[in-house]
Amino acid sequence: MSVQDVLVVAEVQRDALADVALELISAARSITAATGGEVIALVLSADGAAYAGQLAAADRVVLINDPLLAAYAPGPYLAAIEEMVAAEKPRAVLIGATSIGWDLAPMLAARLKAPMVVGATAIEVSDGELIVTSSFCGAKMTAEVGVGGAPAVLMVLPGSFRPPVESGKGLVETRTPSRPLEAGAIRFEQFILPQAGDVDITQQDILVAVGRGIQQKENVELAEQLAGVLGGAVCASRPVIDQGWLPATRQVGKSGMTVKPKLYLALGISGAPEHVEGMKNADLIIAVNTDPKAPIFDVADYGVVADILELAPALTEAIQR
Amino acid sequence: MNIVVVIRQVPDLIEPLEVDSSGRSLDLGSASFIVNESDDHALEQAILLKEGHGAKVTVVALDFGDVDNTLYAAAAKGADQIVKLPLDGDPPPPAAAAAMLAEAIKPLGGDLVLVGVQAHDELDGVLAPLLASELGLPYVGVIRGVKPGADAGTVVVCKEFPGAVMARLSVRLPAVLGILGAEQAPRYVPVSRIRAAMKSTQFEERSVAAPAVAPLVSIRRLYPPAPSARAEMLAGSESEVAARIAAILREKGLVK
Repeated sequence: MSVQDVLVVAEVQRDALADVALELISAARSITAATGGEVIALVLSADGAAYAGQLAAADRVVLINDPLLAAYAPGPYLAAIEEMVAAEKPRAVLIGATSIGWDLAPMLAARLKAPMVVGATAIEVSDGELIVTSSFCGAKMTAEVGVGGAPAVLMVLPGSFRPPVESGKGLVETRTPSRPLEAGAIRFEQFILPQAGDVDITQQDILVAVGRGIQQKENVELAEQLAGVLGGAVCASRPVIDQGWLPATRQVGKSGMTVKPKLYLALGISGAPEHVEGMKNADLIIAVNTDPKAPIFDVADYGVVADILELAPALTEAIQR
Repeated sequence: MNIVVVIRQVPDLIEPLEVDSSGRSLDLGSASFIVNESDDHALEQAILLKEGHGAKVTVVALDFGDVDNTLYAAAAKGADQIVKLPLDGDPPPPAAAAAMLAEAIKPLGGDLVLVGVQAHDELDGVLAPLLASELGLPYVGVIRGVKPGADAGTVVVCKEFPGAVMARLSVRLPAVLGILGAEQAPRYVPVSRIRAAMKSTQFEERSVAAPAVAPLVSIRRLYPPAPSARAEMLAGSESEVAARIAAILREKGLVK
């Protein structure tokens, strides 16, 4: 235990370690490399033994096993993390900006009255202070935030750090909560899986993705026509799904699908981090947006500043020629 | 059920964002404002619960930006009570906003407090869970869909996970929920109904003191991200650009 240790919440998502868990270890190393201290990975689950080996890049892996941690519920998860923080007194607690991270990071910060930064993409240490780079306002603004107090609760954007290549000490220990965890007012009942039958966009080589720029439901047809001549399928960013214009199985991004097609044609998508997280590894990305400063152009191979309602039909015609 | 909905104004990202002369804050004077998208979904979810199962819906908002129009629209959609909190200056950071909103919400005795799960301008905190903390209530967020539970005093919610997977959770009330999306898109309200609401709706103004919350982080610098160094931009008429893209796809063997 050292005041320079960094605690990483290694999230388990439906019986698999989340990709962001390893990225958080790299993020933690960017702190401990400058300050000393250990990287501690915390796994909350019914039985975390199966995940410990994957977290060998950490110096210590702490497994808290409890039936109430088998699936996510805020009360027991928060209590377990809080007890861990009290025991280890880390310099920083790193949590991924995931579905449960958006609950746990701010609730932990509120409980501890600790400083918090949302959307961390890079971390440095300067004169003993953490300097956190954060992306906000839909990735249209970057902030450099100094965090002096401890523990700093940092909610890290998935995809911001590469998974570690070097191993840590990888010591594994299992702990039992000092007091029995309580289920609390919010209880997990069951997972609801997407209905089979729709197109599986994770298996498509070519995806035509539509965002807010499609403007209305009738215009989705333009993307369908383009996808048809390309031999691909249509998918969407969250605002289109929220409108009910396409089913949830077509959503790409943090709370949707992660895709890696040969071609990702992004039409009218601004490129918020939540969307980019799900498509940035496509082989070829072509983005069309009316805003020349849209963040989607930062991840695209080719960009076009144009109205998709005019370009999509022109492109359909050009492909057919 | 007594439902309280918190509504915020955020800078419209369609317009360019500017940094003020300090280099450490957004220049809100040059921004235009719109309702925070997930708050709009929180209101829609509350109205759906009211229509389907009966409820009183109270909307609470800090007085900033174009909030009056948003609140009249909320009244036109079916909100029963509108509480507006006067604000002196720019909106406070999430922790202070949570304290102010909690002071106004506590006397309302809500069973269910619905707040958008995030606002794009949150940097050093997230309002919904901070508000839950101030109210001493349980919290869960990233919620898409709320229904009354089988047991009295409970609701059943769907929390969104990657891969279009939902987790169904039961929530004993009172509680705060961070809404990502309502069960249907926020409804459109004709201008005529908003105008009617402007004539018939009285806002309740309640003064709450801005707490002296010392900032726990220091913003050293704000700046727009550097222009893309990666994308090769294609320029020309629609037909020229379309022909160029088609050629690129043919070169790469993606189309015949």
